Amino acid sequence: MINLETPRKHAGLADQAHQLAMNMLRPISRKYDRAEHEYPKELDMLAALIDGVSETGATGGAGAGGVRRDDAGADAGKVRNGANLASVLSVAEMCWGDTALLLSMPRQGLGNSAIASVANEEQLERYKGTWAAMAITEPGTGSDSANITTTAVKDGDEYVINGEKIYVTSGERADSVVVWATLDKELGRAAIKSFLVRKDNPGLKVERLEHKLGIRASDTAVITFTDCRVPAEDLLGSPEIDVKSGFAGAMATFDNTRPLVAAMAVGCARASLDLTRDLLEQAGVVIDYDRPAQAQSAAAATFLRLEADWEGAKLLMMQAAWMADNRLPNSLEASMAKAKAGRVGSDVTLSCVQLCGTLGYSEAELLEKWARDSKILDIFEGTQQIQQLIVARRILGLSSAELK
Amino acid sequence: MTGTTGGPLAKGVTRSYSFAMSIMNSLRPGGRHGLSSRETRDPIGLAVAAVNRLAQSDLIDRVGLRRQTEQVVYSTTRNGFRVATAAGRQFARAGRRTAGARPVTAESRGVFDLTPTDDESMLLEVVRELADELLRPAAAAADEACAAPDEVLAAAQEVGLPGLGVPDELGGIMEERSAMAGTLVAEALARGDMGLAVATLAPGAVATAIGLWGTEAQQQTYLPAFTGTDVPAAALTIAEPTVLFDPFSLSTTALRDGDGFVLDGMKSAVVRGADAELFVVAAMLDGTPALFLVESGTAGLEVEADPSMGVRAAGLSRLHLSGVRVGADALLGDTGGAAYAECVRLSRLAWCALAVGTGQAVLDYVKDYVNGREAFGEPISHRQSVAFMVADIAIEVQAMRLLTWKAASRATRGQDFAREVGLARQLCTEKGMRIGLDGVQLLGGHGFVKEHPVERWYRDLRAVGVMEGVVMV
Repeated sequence: MINLETPRKHAGLADQAHQLAMNMLRPISRKYDRAEHEYPKELDMLAALIDGVSETGATGGAGAGGVRRDDAGADAGKVRNGANLASVLSVAEMCWGDTALLLSMPRQGLGNSAIASVANEEQLERYKGTWAAMAITEPGTGSDSANITTTAVKDGDEYVINGEKIYVTSGERADSVVVWATLDKELGRAAIKSFLVRKDNPGLKVERLEHKLGIRASDTAVITFTDCRVPAEDLLGSPEIDVKSGFAGAMATFDNTRPLVAAMAVGCARASLDLTRDLLEQAGVVIDYDRPAQAQSAAAATFLRLEADWEGAKLLMMQAAWMADNRLPNSLEASMAKAKAGRVGSDVTLSCVQLCGTLGYSEAELLEKWARDSKILDIFEGTQQIQQLIVARRILGLSSAELK
Repeated sequence: MTGTTGGPLAKGVTRSYSFAMSIMNSLRPGGRHGLSSRETRDPIGLAVAAVNRLAQSDLIDRVGLRRQTEQVVYSTTRNGFRVATAAGRQFARAGRRTAGARPVTAESRGVFDLTPTDDESMLLEVVRELADELLRPAAAAADEACAAPDEVLAAAQEVGLPGLGVPDELGGIMEERSAMAGTLVAEALARGDMGLAVATLAPGAVATAIGLWGTEAQQQTYLPAFTGTDVPAAALTIAEPTVLFDPFSLSTTALRDGDGFVLDGMKSAVVRGADAELFVVAAMLDGTPALFLVESGTAGLEVEADPSMGVRAAGLSRLHLSGVRVGADALLGDTGGAAYAECVRLSRLAWCALAVGTGQAVLDYVKDYVNGREAFGEPISHRQSVAFMVADIAIEVQAMRLLTWKAASRATRGQDFAREVGLARQLCTEKGMRIGLDGVQLLGGHGFVKEHPVERWYRDLRAVGVMEGVVMV
């Protein structure tokens, strides 16, 4: 039966996340926006709380359950609302609190998501409790992640990694990094593997932290790998170079992380909508869902347009997560959700600043911060244009050689 | 013209002077021929306009179109033709004026789910076939004729579409509240053709309204006709031809008169107005909008063809009501505006579903076109500027669908859905039109000509934000 409400079994979780966001993230939101690169020590306490929540079957951070499809249970054939839906809902709530702090959540890095998606059982057990950052992008390689130049060369029981990675979220604070490196540049994308590298590895060096437009509370690092030796068992997934399946393994991570980034945009944008609605009401503008938009004030009409777009992004996000919960292939829907949420996140947060004038523009409110934080969500884990490319190829049935 | 007299034009001007005077009023600019009321006509302009009028009437004479014939043969393809409404059948009064039967609302397990029920899937299978095999092939001709072919209307009746929103104890086909099923059906039909979808769904809108808000007497009197084998044309009329139209602030009025009411005003977007045997008319009663059942044989009704930009197969008309006297039993639903608000929302929901269906039709069509059309030595789909437009159509049509489904599923469960349908209408209006626009653009010049259906979808999709009433789930 068609139903697009928050699942009954996840409603409590979403409420909990909302309370955490309201009472722990919002009070320190501006503080760490100003104090870029300072460690938000309050998060350690929060992480302990989140661990409590995780015990109940869902996680609160970006490094959610991953795309493992190995838990076919007794209720096969029944519609499932599982960890993926739980994750997007709680991530959205936490980002309603503060996107940067969500990204800084201990042990909830994007690398954790990669581990959950591609690691084998033994690795999963061994990496339990680690806080893993994700290192893909290089100075010369952004969206074109199949073209990375960082190399991993087998030497006995170890791999030797050399290269430079940028834009590593939580790169300084995490205790490990999942690194993408190629085993053989000649073999293209099939030879790209991910490795877990401990931060205390002498071959790994955090070079510097970036100063950014938004999500300042989240550290973004440049990391170099110089003859960095890692044990062979820290290669995630299969060491075989399978030219046929190619990039699929590595890219599968994105089917999981893209709905999560969509969730971040959905949460961040809702913060703007909630506050703007309140400020408009105080100014005497009440949003009426029955009367035609053009018969209401221009501010109300704008708000209706923003909220409709936002609702579309949220439902696309839920659809992508629901499909993952029910083990349906969701690459197309994950990219649709990311594309829609990314652009809607920017439009909503920027338009809310405009609706609220200098009040919205001032640091006295958080609206200007949300308008800065939202921009990255249309960029990382695949830009708007990459998502459109993926959607277009799928819809039109074209290969990457045909539609470049 | 300067200083010369006796030229052919001047003679014409002299001869037609009195005629011109007599039509001065109708030649006043403002709203006619797309002129704003800021325009003024000087004497020369008036004379030219008068000559133009004469020339037109000459032409009409030459091709033998007499005024008398015009009055007899109601044409839905040209506006301005006004006739009395159809004589209509006698709906035999039955039942008591107590609350009628109500469809029960569906129960939810509280699970997020995008899978239709088995009943809905079976119904959809049939309706999709109807849309593919019948509606799509008939669409172009019906658009041209401003009328739905009989076989399409008959097939819709055979499938039971008019009774979709009617509780099964009253002869309908669904056991529970069927807003979700109605939404899926409207979407599937519009994928075939929006105009024909509207024509086939219009009687069901009236039947659903009676099923939801009718008294026992109203249900007993009218519903048997809608669930039988000879379903009457019927129209749910809310819209009025005014700028910034707001369905909660109507110009049409209902005044209490003894036991009954007297209705005055004008309604637009009336489907198959000349054929309709039963109207549901929205009018202000004591300052609050309410619904009234008006049979076509009632005195004071006139219908006027109102062919519009799109949705032409529905035979759009205007309904004039002058001193229309109806009984106390004509009031449908409450006088507090609750039934009316729900009616407006359910109608908007149906329009959203139609937008989704037509948007999907555009996507399916342009997908094949851009893959097949070659330019500069390769399919145009290999260009990002083209491919990204297709991607955005796909993304937005799915967002429209999910918003519409959310509103519909809430309605089916009896939950408040004012916010959800408001947002769905907003998105379907804006993105639906964008899809229509891009659909034509992707075909270039080929999109502008009637060889391809995208120009019709462009015209149809503009209806979504404009229409109120007409269809309902």
